[in-house]
Amino acid sequence: MTAVDLPAPRRSSLDVVLKVRELGIVIALAVLVAVTTISNPRFLSGQSIRDILLGTAILAVLAVGQAVVVITRNIDLSVGSVLGLSAFTVGTLLQNSPRLPVIVVLVVGAAVGAVCGVVNGALVRFGNVPALVVTLGTLYVVRGITYFWAGGSQINADELPSGFLDFGNATVLGIPYLVLLAILVLVVTGVVLRNYRTGRELYAMGSSPQAARLAGIPVGRRTIGAFVVSGALAGLAGVLFAARFGTIDAAAGTGYELNVVAAVVVGGVAVFGGSGTVWGAALGALLLTTIASSLAVLEINQFWQQAIVGGLILLAIGADRLVAVRVAAGLKKRGSHVS
Amino acid sequence: MPDGRPLLSVREVSKSFGAVAAVRDVSFDLYGGEAHALVGENGAGKSTIVKMLAGVHRPDSGTIELDGIAIDLGGPADAKAAGIAVIYQEPTLFPDLSVAENIAMGRQPLGRFKTIDRAAMVQQAAQLFVRLGVSIDPNRPARGLSIADQQLVEIAKALSADARVVVMDEPTAALSGVEVERLFAVARSLRDDGAALMFISHRFEEVTALCERVTIMRDGRHVSTDLLTDVTVDEMVRKMVGRDLGALFPKQDVTPGAVALSVRGLSRDPVFLDVSFDVRAGEIVALAGLVGSGRSEVVQSIFGVDPRDSGTVEVVGRTLKPGSPKQAMAAGVALVPEDRRQQGLLMELSIERNVTLPRSRSLSQLGFLTGGRERRSAREWTQRLKTKYGRLSDEVGTLSGGNQQKVVLAKWLATDPKVLIVDEPTRGIDVGTKAEVHRLMSSLAAEGVAVLMVSSELPEVLGMADRVLVMREGRLVAELSRSDATEESVMFAATGQEARV
Ligand SMILES: Nc1ncnc2c1ncn2[C@@H]1O[C@H](COP(=O)(O)OP(=O)(O)OP(=O)(O)O)[C@@H](O)[C@H]1O
Ligand SMILES: [Mg+2]
Repeated sequence: MTAVDLPAPRRSSLDVVLKVRELGIVIALAVLVAVTTISNPRFLSGQSIRDILLGTAILAVLAVGQAVVVITRNIDLSVGSVLGLSAFTVGTLLQNSPRLPVIVVLVVGAAVGAVCGVVNGALVRFGNVPALVVTLGTLYVVRGITYFWAGGSQINADELPSGFLDFGNATVLGIPYLVLLAILVLVVTGVVLRNYRTGRELYAMGSSPQAARLAGIPVGRRTIGAFVVSGALAGLAGVLFAARFGTIDAAAGTGYELNVVAAVVVGGVAVFGGSGTVWGAALGALLLTTIASSLAVLEINQFWQQAIVGGLILLAIGADRLVAVRVAAGLKKRGSHVS
Repeated sequence: MPDGRPLLSVREVSKSFGAVAAVRDVSFDLYGGEAHALVGENGAGKSTIVKMLAGVHRPDSGTIELDGIAIDLGGPADAKAAGIAVIYQEPTLFPDLSVAENIAMGRQPLGRFKTIDRAAMVQQAAQLFVRLGVSIDPNRPARGLSIADQQLVEIAKALSADARVVVMDEPTAALSGVEVERLFAVARSLRDDGAALMFISHRFEEVTALCERVTIMRDGRHVSTDLLTDVTVDEMVRKMVGRDLGALFPKQDVTPGAVALSVRGLSRDPVFLDVSFDVRAGEIVALAGLVGSGRSEVVQSIFGVDPRDSGTVEVVGRTLKPGSPKQAMAAGVALVPEDRRQQGLLMELSIERNVTLPRSRSLSQLGFLTGGRERRSAREWTQRLKTKYGRLSDEVGTLSGGNQQKVVLAKWLATDPKVLIVDEPTRGIDVGTKAEVHRLMSSLAAEGVAVLMVSSELPEVLGMADRVLVMREGRLVAELSRSDATEESVMFAATGQEARV
């Protein structure tokens, strides 16, 4: 019997599928931008692009956190409420101490979110309740807390220190701070998920929770960790929200969770966990934000936006199924042979 | 066997699940440099011992000692840290991750800034596969691997751990002779390097080929620990079962009737090519060959769960549509699949639901499933196969591996098929029941059922089959009559070279 040749390391078919998926989103984006620009050239004006980028920055930060949770075969529906609570907290904080450096504000926002994440994670881990149910509960509870605290009050831009509002508007080399921050979050999370053991363990947990336990992965701790990341990023997004809009009330971020989940699914993160990337999720966020903005430019009814997002989700899931079947058939053909 | 202190000792451990006492007061020692077999009937408690060594279950009482010091294994991570590597009976892979990553999980080679060095990880996996002599692409995802390949990946995983104690729970159940030889060569080199091996198998020829000592269990209790040179296979079986066994392959002579299954020119590039054969009523035809030679794919394609490029399948004169298991079932074909986890059983459902699943239609009255009838037929078939369970309403997932296999068999035998296709029917089934399964297949054939059997176990093939078809690399290369089929002739056809006996 002869020894088999060492196969040269090459890209796995898994990576190829993901690449195809991300390419699909990029093409959809390009077509969308082209069509919209032809019918209304204002779409490519500086202000419009800025709006899209700022909107994407907030949604992408949320989507990155959501992707981390979804990869572990969980879901976090509370992110919209957490964003609201964090935004209101930092707004109130800045009203009282306007001299606070922006970095401290960011940390406070993230901390508020992290606390919510700990609650979510602990309930999922120790309560043995599905994440869908737990975070649906905390969605209402957190929103309730914000309403209770804020009452009907609203924090307006003129009550916020100008330093903070500058942070929301300022740019480096033409790129808004918020966008840079979102890119930083994206890159760090992406690298951890792809290149660190902890990140790979999250994928393993989502791929097969039972096998993960047998492999000695601290499943409970990692679950809480994933929710803390999602919570902290939702808190961070709350600060970005406050800095961008300057007006905060108790309803801030209502309904965001659905956009976030949509972005993640469209971006190719499998809802049953184990696969997908934060890059895809961020691209999904960019696509959804661009759609919203292009429909506004084209003066198409809001109703259509929802229908289009719904259609996209179905398309994404359908494409995933199709690719999965194809890949499965391909994989079966390549069984091993004893040489 | 080396003397001195045992590397690992199991001291009077017990473990119960509810009312089931799976392991009772079992003690034995493992020495460095020895291969130690653990044998016993299905449900005797072997896997439960393994899971206690792996830290999955905590013993209710008793201790596990490593180097003479009692250790408390709170979870699989503790066992790993203590240098105990385990191959579980059921493969536990991450379908979405690459094979290389499955092997390295938790021990990935690190490069700069503690990032995972992927090239090294793939290299490592490739080297392990070379050692095992198999060619699985380390970059492919684990999803879609055949059950044999899954087991090979599990083996590679355990070998990569550099463990002092390697526990293998039926690692060979899905493998054929050649892969088993490779595995044993690697296992022997581990043993010679001073590791302690614990090996579980229902095949005695493997136990005697690899191990020096054997511990026998029955009904959760320790029966004996002997040097293998001191006991014969018959004695082992007697201790295991508690009685003498009849003939292992009770083949009845049957005159074959009309052609029941006719396969013509079946092809699916590149898995199998131009496969044609007939199976007559009352005949048992074995499909032999190495793992990966395309046997399972052929039968799955016949049944319609796998696609095919061309070719026809006729059952009692009726042509089957490709890709329609429903039609195949309606025509009287039953397929006992090789991978019980993925294709055979619904682990969360009860035993009775599983057994009656394919027959739900004929059992239902006015569209309702009636609990009583369901239970009665489930009880009848599981008893004929000597399935060991608590209650029929228990989840199938809690059964021992061999007993799960019996539930799969019961499920399909109960459909009263005209053509019975079985893929590794006795995988993980103990000697006593194996004889029972063989008797059952033989009597079904005598009643006029056409049986097509895929098996990697040569004695089973030779003992049961009226005709042996041998596949190599996707083609039918030989057809041997019962009198022509010998170990040498089958191996020769399967490998294309003189068998090394
Ligand atoms: N998680 C569980 N819950 C309930 N019962 C269990 C569980 N695990 C095992 N058992 C029971 O414990 C007994 C011993 O099972 P075990 O898996 O150890 O048998 P085994 O010797 O490995 O058999 P096999 O040869 O079939 O693999 C069986 O009766 C089984 O039903
Ligand atoms: Mg077992």
